[in-house]
Amino acid sequence: MDSVTSDARTPLSASADNGLKIVIVGGFGVGKTTMVRSVSEIRPLNTEETMTQAGAAVDDIRAVRGKTATTVAFDFGRITLDARNVLYLFGAPGQERFWFLWDRLFSGTLGAIVLVDTRRIDDSWYAIDRLEHHGTPFVVACNDFGGTAHPPAEVRAALDLEPHVPLLHCDARSRESSKQVLISLVEHISGLAAAPHPEPLQELLP
Amino acid sequence: MSRPGRDDAPDRLYTVTGGRSRTAPDSPFDLVTLVMAESAPAPGMQSEHARILRITEHPTAVVEIAAELRLPVSITKILLTDLHDQGRVSARHPRTAAPSGRPDPDLLEQVLVGLRNL
Ligand SMILES: Nc1nc2c(ncn2[C@@H]2O[C@H](COP(=O)(O)OP(=O)(O)O)[C@@H](O)[C@H]2O)c(=O)[nH]1
Ligand SMILES: [Mg+2]
Repeated sequence: MDSVTSDARTPLSASADNGLKIVIVGGFGVGKTTMVRSVSEIRPLNTEETMTQAGAAVDDIRAVRGKTATTVAFDFGRITLDARNVLYLFGAPGQERFWFLWDRLFSGTLGAIVLVDTRRIDDSWYAIDRLEHHGTPFVVACNDFGGTAHPPAEVRAALDLEPHVPLLHCDARSRESSKQVLISLVEHISGLAAAPHPEPLQELLP
Repeated sequence: MSRPGRDDAPDRLYTVTGGRSRTAPDSPFDLVTLVMAESAPAPGMQSEHARILRITEHPTAVVEIAAELRLPVSITKILLTDLHDQGRVSARHPRTAAPSGRPDPDLLEQVLVGLRNL
C-alpha cells in the first residue's frame, strides 16, 4: 500500500507538544529507509550529526575544521499519533562508529527495531549487543527478501536472542506490515514496563 | 543582529555559529524537542536565525529544522540556543518517562492507539 507522503513540508498542528522517538537500526540495504517511508506522513528526510573520532565533543567546530571529525547520516520520518503526540522514526546505520552518538541522539527513545536480512544475519550482531548494553527495549524484524525461509529457532540462535525479545517477520515495503512491527514494539515496551522479567513470547515468525 | 566573534571564514559551520565551538552543556534541545517561533524574523538578523523563525511558525522538531537547514544537528542546536536565550523561540520538550524513570504507561497506551489508527 502507498504511504501518505508529501513533497512540501507538512506542518504539525499547533497543539503538538510531545515528540517521541523510535529507532530502526540495521546494516546497509536492509530496508530501513523503506520502512520509514512506508509509515511516515512526510517524505523521509535526511540529516547528519558530526562527531570527533573519540565520540566526544561532537559539536566542537574546531574539530570539524581540522577534519578530525566524522559524520553519521540518518534519515527520519514522522507519524502524528494524536493532537499532542508525534512519533519520529529514525533509520540509523548499525555500524560501530554510529554508536558513539547513540546517547547524544537517541537517549529517551521508546525503543528500537533491529531490521535483519536473514542472508546477512551477522550484520545485526553488533546492534543487538549495543541495544542490550544501553538497556533499550527492542524487537527483531526479519525483512523478507525472498529466498529460503529460516526457521525462527535458527534465527533466534544465530542472533543469540534472549527468549523474551520478540522476533517478527516483515515486509518493509508494506505499510500494514511495518505498522504491525511498530505495534509489536510498543506492546513489548508496555510489557517490560509492567513486568521487567516477562515470560518468553510466542514465536511470531510464520 | 551581529554577534561577537563572527567572521567571514569560508567554513560554513564556523560562520553560522559565530565561531563558538560548543552548545552549552545543559542544552535543553532534544532531537524531537518541538520548537515554536515567538517572534517574526527581524531585519538584519543572521539568515539561519531568520530561516528558523520562518520554519517554526508551526511546531517543528529540532531534527526537522536541521534537515531543512542542511546543517548537522549539533550546529542547529547552537542556533536554537541563541534564539531561545533571546526569547525568540519556545521549546516543547519530550515527555517520555514517568517519575519512576520507566516509560509512562498512559503515554504508551496513547502511542498504541495512534499506531492502530494508522
Ligand atoms: N524484496 C524486498 N526488497 C526490499 C524490502 N525492503 C527494502 N527492499 C529494497 O532493498 C533496497 C534497500 O532498501 P533501503 O530501505 O534503501 O535500505 P537501507 O539502506 O537500510 O535504508 C531497496 O531497493 C528496497 O526497495 C523488502 O521487504 N523486500
Ligand atoms: Mg537508507
